[in-house]
Amino acid sequence: MDTQTRIIEIVKQVAGKPIDPAPEESLFESGVLDSFTLADLVSALEKEFSVTIPDSDLTPRKFDSVARIEAYLQSRS
Amino acid sequence: MAYLRALGSYVPARVVDNAELGPMVGADPAWLLHATGIEQRHFAGPGETVATMGIAAAKDCLAAAGIPASEIGMAIVASGSAEQRFPGPASVIAAAAGISLKPAIDLPMASAGSLFAIALAAQMTRVYGNVLVVASEIMSRVVRMNPAGRDTAVLFGDGAGACLVSQETGFAEIVDAVLASDGDFAETLRLDFDAPLYMDGRSIILQASRKLPRVIAEVLERNQVKPADVGTFLMHQANLNLITRVAQTLGVPDDRFFRNIARYGNTSSASLLIAATEWWREVEKPLRDPIVLAAFGAGLNWGAVLAKPVATLPQA
Repeated sequence: MDTQTRIIEIVKQVAGKPIDPAPEESLFESGVLDSFTLADLVSALEKEFSVTIPDSDLTPRKFDSVARIEAYLQSRS
Repeated sequence: MAYLRALGSYVPARVVDNAELGPMVGADPAWLLHATGIEQRHFAGPGETVATMGIAAAKDCLAAAGIPASEIGMAIVASGSAEQRFPGPASVIAAAAGISLKPAIDLPMASAGSLFAIALAAQMTRVYGNVLVVASEIMSRVVRMNPAGRDTAVLFGDGAGACLVSQETGFAEIVDAVLASDGDFAETLRLDFDAPLYMDGRSIILQASRKLPRVIAEVLERNQVKPADVGTFLMHQANLNLITRVAQTLGVPDDRFFRNIARYGNTSSASLLIAATEWWREVEKPLRDPIVLAAFGAGLNWGAVLAKPVATLPQA
Protein backbone atom coordinates (compact mmCIF):
# COMPACT_ATOMS: atom_id res chain seq x y z
CA MET A 1 0.00 0.00 0.00
CA ASP A 2 1.50 3.35 -0.99
CA THR A 3 1.78 6.29 1.39
CA GLN A 4 -1.20 8.22 0.02
CA THR A 5 -3.44 5.17 0.31
CA ARG A 6 -2.35 4.63 3.90
CA ILE A 7 -3.02 8.29 4.69
CA ILE A 8 -6.49 8.12 3.14
CA GLU A 9 -7.30 5.03 5.21
CA ILE A 10 -6.32 6.90 8.36
CA VAL A 11 -8.34 9.94 7.36
CA LYS A 12 -11.35 7.67 6.79
CA GLN A 13 -10.93 6.16 10.24
CA VAL A 14 -10.72 9.44 12.11
CA ALA A 15 -13.44 11.11 10.04
CA GLY A 16 -15.70 8.15 10.62
CA LYS A 17 -17.20 8.29 7.16
CA PRO A 18 -16.54 6.89 3.70
CA ILE A 19 -14.55 9.45 1.75
CA ASP A 20 -12.26 9.54 -1.23
CA PRO A 21 -10.46 12.88 -1.12
CA ALA A 22 -8.34 14.05 -4.02
CA PRO A 23 -4.68 14.53 -3.03
CA GLU A 24 -4.87 18.33 -3.08
CA GLU A 25 -8.39 18.62 -1.66
CA SER A 26 -8.64 20.58 1.58
CA LEU A 27 -9.77 18.18 4.27
CA PHE A 28 -11.13 21.10 6.29
CA GLU A 29 -12.95 22.98 3.56
CA SER A 30 -14.59 19.76 2.38
CA GLY A 31 -15.80 19.04 5.91
CA VAL A 32 -13.83 15.81 6.25
CA LEU A 33 -11.87 17.07 9.27
CA ASP A 34 -12.60 19.54 12.04
CA SER A 35 -10.50 20.88 14.89
CA PHE A 36 -10.92 17.78 17.01
CA THR A 37 -10.58 15.10 14.35
CA LEU A 38 -7.38 16.85 13.28
CA ALA A 39 -5.90 16.00 16.67
CA ASP A 40 -7.00 12.39 16.19
CA LEU A 41 -5.45 12.38 12.71
CA VAL A 42 -2.08 13.52 14.03
CA SER A 43 -2.07 10.80 16.69
CA ALA A 44 -3.07 8.16 14.14
CA LEU A 45 -0.34 9.26 11.74
CA GLU A 46 2.26 8.99 14.50
CA LYS A 47 1.16 5.43 15.18
CA GLU A 48 0.82 4.29 11.56
CA PHE A 49 4.10 5.78 10.37
CA SER A 50 6.06 5.34 13.61
CA VAL A 51 6.97 8.99 13.80
CA THR A 52 6.82 11.52 16.60
CA ILE A 53 5.28 14.75 15.43
CA PRO A 54 6.54 17.58 17.64
CA ASP A 55 4.14 20.24 18.86
CA SER A 56 6.14 22.81 16.89
CA ASP A 57 4.94 21.11 13.69
CA LEU A 58 1.30 21.12 14.72
CA THR A 59 -0.11 23.64 12.32
CA PRO A 60 -3.34 22.76 10.51
CA ARG A 61 -1.85 23.79 7.17
CA LYS A 62 0.61 20.89 7.28
CA PHE A 63 -2.28 18.43 7.51
CA ASP A 64 -4.81 20.15 5.28
CA SER A 65 -4.67 17.64 2.41
CA VAL A 66 -3.45 14.15 1.67
CA ALA A 67 -0.65 15.59 -0.47
CA ARG A 68 0.50 17.92 2.32
CA ILE A 69 0.41 15.13 4.87
CA GLU A 70 2.49 12.96 2.53
CA ALA A 71 5.00 15.78 2.00
CA TYR A 72 5.26 16.34 5.72
CA LEU A 73 5.81 12.66 6.45
CA GLN A 74 8.48 12.49 3.76
CA SER A 75 10.22 15.46 5.36
CA ARG A 76 10.27 13.57 8.64
CA SER A 77 11.72 10.37 7.22
CA MET B 1 3.36 25.06 52.32
CA ALA B 2 0.44 26.70 50.57
CA TYR B 3 -3.23 25.91 50.67
CA LEU B 4 -6.34 26.64 48.68
CA ARG B 5 -8.43 28.29 51.37
CA ALA B 6 -11.52 29.84 49.82
CA LEU B 7 -13.07 30.76 46.48
CA GLY B 8 -15.49 33.36 45.23
CA SER B 9 -17.02 34.59 42.00
CA TYR B 10 -19.13 37.21 40.35
CA VAL B 11 -21.05 37.19 37.10
CA PRO B 12 -22.98 40.13 35.67
CA ALA B 13 -26.75 40.09 36.04
CA ARG B 14 -27.49 40.20 32.33
CA VAL B 15 -27.98 36.73 30.87
CA VAL B 16 -27.73 36.36 27.10
CA ASP B 17 -29.17 33.11 25.82
CA ASN B 18 -28.76 31.68 22.35
CA ALA B 19 -32.13 33.05 21.24
CA GLU B 20 -30.82 36.57 21.88
CA LEU B 21 -27.27 36.04 20.66
CA GLY B 22 -28.16 34.10 17.51
CA PRO B 23 -29.64 37.03 15.53
CA MET B 24 -26.79 39.32 16.65
CA VAL B 25 -24.17 37.08 15.05
CA GLY B 26 -26.31 35.65 12.24
CA ALA B 27 -26.54 32.14 13.68
CA ASP B 28 -29.39 29.78 14.39
CA PRO B 29 -29.79 29.37 18.18
CA ALA B 30 -30.06 25.58 17.83
CA TRP B 31 -26.80 25.52 15.87
CA LEU B 32 -25.17 27.65 18.57
CA LEU B 33 -26.01 25.10 21.22
CA HIS B 34 -24.96 22.17 19.06
CA ALA B 35 -21.67 23.75 18.00
CA THR B 36 -20.58 25.12 21.36
CA GLY B 37 -22.48 23.34 24.11
CA ILE B 38 -23.18 26.81 25.52
CA GLU B 39 -26.77 27.59 26.50
CA GLN B 40 -26.22 31.08 27.86
CA ARG B 41 -23.55 33.52 28.96
CA HIS B 42 -23.45 36.69 31.08
CA PHE B 43 -22.59 40.10 29.63
CA ALA B 44 -21.29 43.00 31.69
CA GLY B 45 -23.60 45.98 32.04
CA PRO B 46 -22.73 49.52 30.88
CA GLY B 47 -21.35 50.56 34.27
CA GLU B 48 -19.29 47.45 34.85
CA THR B 49 -15.57 47.11 34.27
CA VAL B 50 -12.97 44.40 34.69
CA ALA B 51 -12.09 46.07 37.99
CA THR B 52 -15.63 46.35 39.37
CA MET B 53 -16.30 42.69 38.60
CA GLY B 54 -12.96 41.67 40.09
CA ILE B 55 -13.76 43.62 43.25
CA ALA B 56 -17.07 41.79 43.60
CA ALA B 57 -15.36 38.40 43.21
CA ALA B 58 -12.61 39.37 45.65
CA LYS B 59 -15.15 40.40 48.28
CA ASP B 60 -17.12 37.20 47.71
CA CYS B 61 -13.96 35.18 48.28
CA LEU B 62 -12.96 37.07 51.40
CA ALA B 63 -16.46 36.65 52.82
CA ALA B 64 -16.28 32.92 52.14
CA ALA B 65 -12.88 32.76 53.83
CA GLY B 66 -14.16 34.69 56.81
CA ILE B 67 -11.06 36.83 57.13
CA PRO B 68 -10.67 40.60 56.88
CA ALA B 69 -8.88 42.13 53.92
CA SER B 70 -6.23 43.42 56.29
CA GLU B 71 -4.92 39.86 56.54
CA ILE B 72 -4.14 39.68 52.81
CA GLY B 73 -0.48 40.25 52.01
CA MET B 74 -0.60 40.35 48.24
CA ALA B 75 -3.07 40.40 45.34
CA ILE B 76 -2.45 38.88 41.92
CA VAL B 77 -4.98 39.79 39.24
CA ALA B 78 -5.27 37.99 35.92
CA SER B 79 -7.04 39.64 33.01
CA GLY B 80 -6.55 39.70 29.28
CA SER B 81 -9.38 42.14 28.63
CA ALA B 82 -8.58 45.08 30.91
CA GLU B 83 -9.74 48.43 29.59
CA GLN B 84 -6.42 50.27 29.68
CA ARG B 85 -2.71 49.60 29.14
CA PHE B 86 -1.73 50.72 32.61
CA PRO B 87 -2.29 50.60 35.41
CA GLY B 88 -3.82 47.18 35.20
CA PRO B 89 -6.83 46.39 37.36
CA ALA B 90 -4.81 44.80 40.19
CA SER B 91 -4.16 47.93 42.22
CA VAL B 92 -7.72 49.19 41.88
CA ILE B 93 -9.21 45.82 42.81
CA ALA B 94 -6.89 45.46 45.79
CA ALA B 95 -7.66 48.95 47.10
CA ALA B 96 -11.40 48.60 46.72
CA ALA B 97 -11.35 45.19 48.36
CA GLY B 98 -9.58 46.70 51.36
CA ILE B 99 -6.13 45.34 50.59
CA SER B 100 -4.26 48.59 51.01
CA LEU B 101 -0.57 49.31 50.66
CA LYS B 102 0.24 45.72 49.72
CA PRO B 103 1.72 44.61 46.40
CA ALA B 104 -0.88 44.07 43.68
CA ILE B 105 0.40 42.39 40.54
CA ASP B 106 -1.24 42.16 37.12
CA LEU B 107 -0.98 39.07 34.94
CA PRO B 108 -2.28 40.06 31.50
CA MET B 109 -2.26 36.48 30.27
CA ALA B 110 -5.89 35.68 29.34
CA SER B 111 -7.11 32.12 29.75
CA ALA B 112 -4.23 30.54 31.68
CA GLY B 113 -3.78 33.60 33.89
CA SER B 114 -5.65 32.40 36.95
CA LEU B 115 -3.83 29.06 36.94
CA PHE B 116 -0.45 30.76 36.68
CA ALA B 117 -1.53 33.17 39.42
CA ILE B 118 -2.40 30.32 41.78
CA ALA B 119 0.95 28.65 41.10
CA LEU B 120 2.77 31.94 41.74
CA ALA B 121 0.69 32.63 44.85
CA ALA B 122 1.69 29.23 46.25
CA GLN B 123 5.31 30.41 46.14
CA MET B 124 4.56 33.94 47.35
CA THR B 125 2.78 32.82 50.52
CA ARG B 126 6.17 32.21 52.12
CA VAL B 127 6.86 35.93 52.04
CA TYR B 128 3.43 37.55 51.89
CA GLY B 129 1.20 35.18 53.84
CA ASN B 130 -2.31 35.17 52.40
CA VAL B 131 -2.35 35.89 48.68
CA LEU B 132 -5.60 36.74 46.94
CA VAL B 133 -5.85 35.65 43.31
CA VAL B 134 -8.46 37.38 41.18
CA ALA B 135 -9.37 36.88 37.52
CA SER B 136 -11.80 39.15 35.74
CA GLU B 137 -12.74 39.34 32.07
CA ILE B 138 -15.17 41.24 29.87
CA MET B 139 -14.86 39.22 26.70
CA SER B 140 -18.11 40.52 25.19
CA ARG B 141 -16.34 43.83 24.46
CA VAL B 142 -13.34 42.34 22.66
CA VAL B 143 -15.20 40.22 20.10
CA ARG B 144 -17.13 41.36 17.07
CA MET B 145 -20.76 40.97 18.02
CA ASN B 146 -21.91 40.61 14.42
CA PRO B 147 -21.93 37.90 11.72
CA ALA B 148 -18.30 38.61 10.78
CA GLY B 149 -17.24 37.74 14.30
CA ARG B 150 -19.58 34.82 14.78
CA ASP B 151 -16.99 32.10 15.29
CA THR B 152 -15.49 33.80 18.33
CA ALA B 153 -18.44 35.84 19.60
CA VAL B 154 -20.48 32.72 20.29
CA LEU B 155 -17.85 31.26 22.59
CA PHE B 156 -17.28 33.92 25.21
CA GLY B 157 -18.91 35.42 28.25
CA ASP B 158 -18.03 37.81 31.08
CA GLY B 159 -17.29 37.07 34.71
CA ALA B 160 -14.82 37.10 37.56
CA GLY B 161 -13.47 34.67 40.10
CA ALA B 162 -11.18 34.74 43.10
CA CYS B 163 -9.15 32.30 45.16
CA LEU B 164 -7.47 32.78 48.49
CA VAL B 165 -4.13 30.99 48.74
CA SER B 166 -2.95 30.76 52.32
CA GLN B 167 0.19 29.66 54.08
CA GLU B 168 -1.78 28.63 57.17
CA THR B 169 -4.77 26.54 56.35
CA GLY B 170 -7.20 25.52 53.66
CA PHE B 171 -9.23 22.73 52.17
CA ALA B 172 -6.42 21.44 49.96
CA GLU B 173 -2.65 21.73 49.95
CA ILE B 174 -1.05 22.90 46.73
CA VAL B 175 1.64 20.25 46.31
CA ASP B 176 2.96 20.91 42.81
CA ALA B 177 2.52 22.88 39.62
CA VAL B 178 3.76 22.45 36.08
CA LEU B 179 3.65 25.58 33.92
CA ALA B 180 4.83 26.11 30.36
CA SER B 181 4.84 28.72 27.61
CA ASP B 182 5.48 28.56 23.87
CA GLY B 183 5.79 31.87 22.06
CA ASP B 184 6.10 30.19 18.67
CA PHE B 185 2.31 30.09 18.55
CA ALA B 186 1.70 33.56 20.00
CA GLU B 187 0.01 34.70 16.80
CA THR B 188 -2.68 32.03 16.92
CA LEU B 189 -4.66 33.67 19.73
CA ARG B 190 -4.23 37.34 20.44
CA LEU B 191 -5.91 40.63 21.24
CA ASP B 192 -4.13 43.46 19.49
CA PHE B 193 -4.69 47.10 20.40
CA ASP B 194 -7.75 48.53 18.68
CA ALA B 195 -8.67 45.22 17.08
CA PRO B 196 -11.05 42.42 17.98
CA LEU B 197 -9.88 39.15 19.41
CA TYR B 198 -8.25 36.88 16.83
CA MET B 199 -8.27 33.11 17.25
CA ASP B 200 -7.02 30.41 14.92
CA GLY B 201 -9.36 27.86 16.42
CA ARG B 202 -7.90 24.83 14.67
CA SER B 203 -4.39 25.54 15.88
CA ILE B 204 -5.56 26.27 19.39
CA ILE B 205 -7.62 23.10 19.67
CA LEU B 206 -4.82 21.03 18.14
CA GLN B 207 -2.24 22.40 20.56
CA ALA B 208 -4.53 22.23 23.58
CA SER B 209 -5.59 18.67 22.77
CA ARG B 210 -1.98 17.58 23.05
CA LYS B 211 -0.58 19.86 25.72
CA LEU B 212 -3.32 19.70 28.35
CA PRO B 213 -3.40 15.92 28.88
CA ARG B 214 0.38 15.86 28.78
CA VAL B 215 0.85 18.54 31.44
CA ILE B 216 -1.79 17.00 33.70
CA ALA B 217 -0.11 13.60 33.34
CA GLU B 218 3.25 15.17 34.16
CA VAL B 219 2.15 16.80 37.40
CA LEU B 220 0.41 13.58 38.45
CA GLU B 221 3.29 11.26 37.55
CA ARG B 222 5.91 13.20 39.41
CA ASN B 223 3.72 13.08 42.52
CA GLN B 224 2.82 9.40 42.14
CA VAL B 225 -0.87 10.11 41.66
CA LYS B 226 -2.86 8.16 39.07
CA PRO B 227 -5.48 9.98 37.01
CA ALA B 228 -8.10 7.60 38.35
CA ASP B 229 -7.26 8.71 41.91
CA VAL B 230 -8.12 12.34 41.20
CA GLY B 231 -11.52 13.26 42.55
CA THR B 232 -12.14 16.31 40.41
CA PHE B 233 -10.42 17.98 37.49
CA LEU B 234 -11.10 21.71 37.37
CA MET B 235 -10.27 23.03 33.92
CA HIS B 236 -10.47 26.33 32.14
CA GLN B 237 -13.92 26.17 30.56
CA ALA B 238 -12.87 26.77 26.98
CA ASN B 239 -14.74 24.14 25.08
CA LEU B 240 -16.92 21.19 26.08
CA ASN B 241 -15.44 18.90 23.44
CA LEU B 242 -11.92 19.76 24.57
CA ILE B 243 -12.73 18.87 28.17
CA THR B 244 -14.19 15.54 27.05
CA ARG B 245 -11.14 14.86 24.91
CA VAL B 246 -8.74 15.55 27.76
CA ALA B 247 -10.71 13.14 29.96
CA GLN B 248 -10.56 10.45 27.29
CA THR B 249 -6.84 10.89 26.76
CA LEU B 250 -6.21 10.56 30.50
CA GLY B 251 -8.51 7.54 30.67
CA VAL B 252 -10.88 8.91 33.29
CA PRO B 253 -14.67 9.33 33.13
CA ASP B 254 -15.52 12.77 31.85
CA ASP B 255 -17.84 13.36 34.80
CA ARG B 256 -14.69 13.79 36.90
CA PHE B 257 -14.23 17.04 34.99
CA PHE B 258 -16.38 19.79 36.46
CA ARG B 259 -18.20 21.62 33.70
CA ASN B 260 -20.28 24.78 33.78
CA ILE B 261 -19.46 26.20 30.34
CA ALA B 262 -23.10 25.72 29.31
CA ARG B 263 -24.15 28.51 31.68
CA TYR B 264 -21.26 30.94 31.33
CA GLY B 265 -19.45 30.31 28.05
CA ASN B 266 -15.71 30.83 27.99
CA THR B 267 -14.87 33.60 30.44
CA SER B 268 -11.13 33.31 29.76
CA SER B 269 -9.03 33.51 32.93
CA ALA B 270 -12.12 33.83 35.12
CA SER B 271 -13.59 30.52 33.99
CA LEU B 272 -11.29 28.31 36.06
CA LEU B 273 -12.13 30.21 39.23
CA ILE B 274 -15.86 30.47 38.52
CA ALA B 275 -15.92 26.70 37.96
CA ALA B 276 -13.79 26.07 41.05
CA THR B 277 -16.07 28.26 43.16
CA GLU B 278 -19.19 26.37 42.10
CA TRP B 279 -17.49 23.04 42.67
CA TRP B 280 -16.15 24.10 46.09
CA ARG B 281 -19.57 25.23 47.28
CA GLU B 282 -21.13 21.93 46.26
CA VAL B 283 -18.44 19.41 47.18
CA GLU B 284 -18.67 17.32 50.32
CA LYS B 285 -16.21 18.54 52.93
CA PRO B 286 -13.67 17.66 54.10
CA LEU B 287 -12.22 16.91 50.71
CA ARG B 288 -11.26 13.26 50.28
CA ASP B 289 -9.44 13.07 46.97
CA PRO B 290 -6.78 15.08 45.15
CA ILE B 291 -7.87 17.73 42.70
CA VAL B 292 -6.19 19.02 39.56
CA LEU B 293 -6.56 22.52 38.14
CA ALA B 294 -5.54 22.98 34.53
CA ALA B 295 -5.68 25.69 31.89
CA PHE B 296 -4.49 26.52 28.40
CA GLY B 297 -4.58 29.81 26.59
CA ALA B 298 -2.99 32.60 24.61
CA GLY B 299 0.76 32.82 24.74
CA LEU B 300 0.65 29.95 24.41
CA ASN B 301 0.58 29.38 28.15
CA TRP B 302 -0.60 26.23 29.85
CA GLY B 303 -0.20 24.25 33.01
CA ALA B 304 -1.62 22.12 35.78
CA VAL B 305 -1.71 22.39 39.56
CA LEU B 306 -2.11 19.42 41.90
CA ALA B 307 -3.71 19.91 45.32
CA LYS B 308 -4.36 17.25 47.93
CA PRO B 309 -6.86 17.10 50.79
CA VAL B 310 -5.75 18.40 54.15
CA ALA B 311 -7.39 16.11 56.66
CA THR B 312 -5.37 17.15 59.68
CA LEU B 313 -5.78 20.91 59.36
CA PRO B 314 -8.84 22.96 60.23
CA GLN B 315 -11.03 23.20 57.17
CA ALA B 316 -11.40 26.73 55.94
